[in-house]
Amino acid sequence: MQSNDKAQVVLRLNAITKTFGKLTANDAVSFSLHKGEVIALLGENGAGKTTLMNILFGQYTADSGTVEVFGRPLPPGNPRAALNAGVGMVHQHFTLADNMTVLENIVLGTQPLWRPGFDRTGARARIEKLSADFRLRVDPDARVGTLAVGERQRVEILKALYRDARILILDEPTAVLTPQETDDLFHTLRKAVDLGLSIVFISHKLHEVMAISDRVLILRHGKLVSQVETDQTDRKTLAALMVGAEVEAPKVDPVTPGPALLKLDNVGTPDQGSAPGLKSVTLALRAGQIIGLAGVSGNGQTALAAVIGGLTRPASGKLELDGETPQGWSPIHAVHSGIARIPEDRHKIGTIADFDLTENAILECYQDQPFSKRGWMNWGRARDFTRRIIDTYDVRCPGPSTRIRLLSGGNMQKLILGRVLEPEPRIILANQPVRGLDIGAVTYVQNQLLKARARGAAVLLISEDLDEIMALSDVIHVISEGRLSPGFPRGTMTPAELGVWMAGDGFEGEHSLAS
Amino acid sequence: MDLIDILLSASFWTATIRIASPLIFATMGELICERAGVLNLGIEGIMVAGAFAGWMAVYSGTGLWTGVAIAMLVGMAFGLLHSLLTVPFGLSQHVVGLGLTLLATSLTYFSYRLALPQVTSPPKIEAFEVLPIPVLSDIPIIGPALFAQTPLTYLAFALVLAVSITLYRTPLGLALRAAGENPAAVAAQGLSVTALRMGAVIVGSGLMAVGGAFLTMSAFDSFFFEMVNGRGWICIALVVFGAWKPGKALMGAVLFAAFDALQIRIQQTPIGANIPYQVFLMMPYFLSIVALVAMSRRAEVPAALMVPFNKGER
Repeated sequence: MQSNDKAQVVLRLNAITKTFGKLTANDAVSFSLHKGEVIALLGENGAGKTTLMNILFGQYTADSGTVEVFGRPLPPGNPRAALNAGVGMVHQHFTLADNMTVLENIVLGTQPLWRPGFDRTGARARIEKLSADFRLRVDPDARVGTLAVGERQRVEILKALYRDARILILDEPTAVLTPQETDDLFHTLRKAVDLGLSIVFISHKLHEVMAISDRVLILRHGKLVSQVETDQTDRKTLAALMVGAEVEAPKVDPVTPGPALLKLDNVGTPDQGSAPGLKSVTLALRAGQIIGLAGVSGNGQTALAAVIGGLTRPASGKLELDGETPQGWSPIHAVHSGIARIPEDRHKIGTIADFDLTENAILECYQDQPFSKRGWMNWGRARDFTRRIIDTYDVRCPGPSTRIRLLSGGNMQKLILGRVLEPEPRIILANQPVRGLDIGAVTYVQNQLLKARARGAAVLLISEDLDEIMALSDVIHVISEGRLSPGFPRGTMTPAELGVWMAGDGFEGEHSLAS
Repeated sequence: MDLIDILLSASFWTATIRIASPLIFATMGELICERAGVLNLGIEGIMVAGAFAGWMAVYSGTGLWTGVAIAMLVGMAFGLLHSLLTVPFGLSQHVVGLGLTLLATSLTYFSYRLALPQVTSPPKIEAFEVLPIPVLSDIPIIGPALFAQTPLTYLAFALVLAVSITLYRTPLGLALRAAGENPAAVAAQGLSVTALRMGAVIVGSGLMAVGGAFLTMSAFDSFFFEMVNGRGWICIALVVFGAWKPGKALMGAVLFAAFDALQIRIQQTPIGANIPYQVFLMMPYFLSIVALVAMSRRAEVPAALMVPFNKGER
């Protein structure tokens, strides 16, 4: 924390307003950023954070209001001018060309187009110096398509630094990072601040905001509702400011578990490339119980979800539904036996972007009565069903014939939740159900899962967020390289103890101790 | 036995390179368009228009090189139309391209009738002559094939080198390839995706027209209807065959031309005389499909090919 009164103002936004049709994305937002300062822009999904930054970077044109960088007004709608003025943006969805090398991506647009031949040697030297200065390790000659997500983000940051950015805007930079990578990113950002850069950090993760920022700006429904110094606030206050109400942790009432609805008995599946398959996994999903599956991503969660969802058959071992081995196993069998799936990737697998809400709502049951009969669709019934989901699950949208791509992530997830929960399924496979959602939506989704548990559904909750797992689960299993730990009842393990299992230790000689 | 004789004859290789030349021009044109992210199906029509424009210019009294330049300008004009519709307006590249082919073809035939209303057989011009390069053209077999051709053929080969260098060794080429791979990356670096893509389509279309002009000004010396005869479509396939790389596309063009030159010669052998000639006509296309299937499995399509880019869209 430094004294901001003396520090130079590097960026000033004056009353920025932007509307998309009827939606006001930004409503007269003003703030200023000082040299060497990190401000966090906090807000729920759809609060207007990204829109504001896209206006600053010249990708959108504001309806009214001005942007000043180092005291000079920035011409609207011109990314090139923003770049030249020293503004660098790291987009949430990376703007990299996969078939080119790191060096080519960084150099793109920095050398005059009509030069014959370009200066690779000079560029490489500069990239290597920046990598060293900012601790951004990356191989300049690697093709971007082969890089991991964390590395790609380093390339994005290098792109901005290569152009001498003095102001870095990072849009949800940690959404795609592991905790370790997030720490690395924070090291880099602190380094950048030491070197005199200023940073705007967009996030809805409170602990990160608390860790990295000097000052927090809170956006709600497009308006700047509050500005606080980070050291004079706490997570709870910020959360309340962000959603406009006190947020409570979900309450878990004790429920006596019922019979096992689905059982895996020593199930194994083959490895898929670098993704491990299951190694003799034994697991029981009981009525009225939430089973939490903890683990670092890519340790067999996908394989387990695929077996339960009917996408793959066990190569060895047995799968039992109500104590019987089902005849044939495919997604259609899974759906018809009352298994509901909240898929991991709602954009790619959960929905069809250009279909409307009604079509997406009946994706899993369109061929069943009452939505179709003797080969004809009954759209009236389908729309009624969709309206019911929209009302019950509070999906904010213009109506059932809206294309789903226009919805925010949270509302999209609510529609999926409605589709999944409305037929009251017996078994729910919730794979990363709150990934990328804001606090309000997270609480909502979690409460819906608890409701399903209360009425006697068996829930398998797969998540990389240990806090979430520990808050919701009656029994926790840890998955590591396709092996499943024994089940740990609620409250018997600390995060550190679970961490040991997540790292793959503790499995020695414990193969068949599952609950 | 006959086959070996054919493959060892200088005339076969000379014909191969000659047949390949117009394909090389048009394939490079199409490749530039597609690398920037625009599929240009106007290629067939633009070749027809180029063939007519170059020939007509020379017939009206301009020099040969001026004729080539005029053909190129006509192609660029059609390219401007195509790129206006597909890039800033973001219309379907299939519909615009096919429409442009129909438009350019009909407009050419119409212009031909307007210019030469009374003519029954089209007049001839003084076409480009073979320009043998001393010493090199004396090398057996490949000498005449590579070094005793018309200047336009030499230009075609030089063009492949130029396109290759531009794409991979200059900032412009880098920006162009990025526009076809992820236009958002180009925009985020402050460059204009619209300008890059329009430029690529205009220049590419100009090259397609030169490919057409090769037919009337170098391969033959006159203009006929149906002269282009699907060569444009072949070039689209050659770009895929070449995996969007200039060098490999050149090999594809030569390979196709070799099939074509071969089938003409086999028709004249004793065995060939017993087989219906349509079978031979079919062979280059058939073999192209086989080669395409074999070669293009692992090809990396420009990721943003046929994806319009609208700045500031939500």
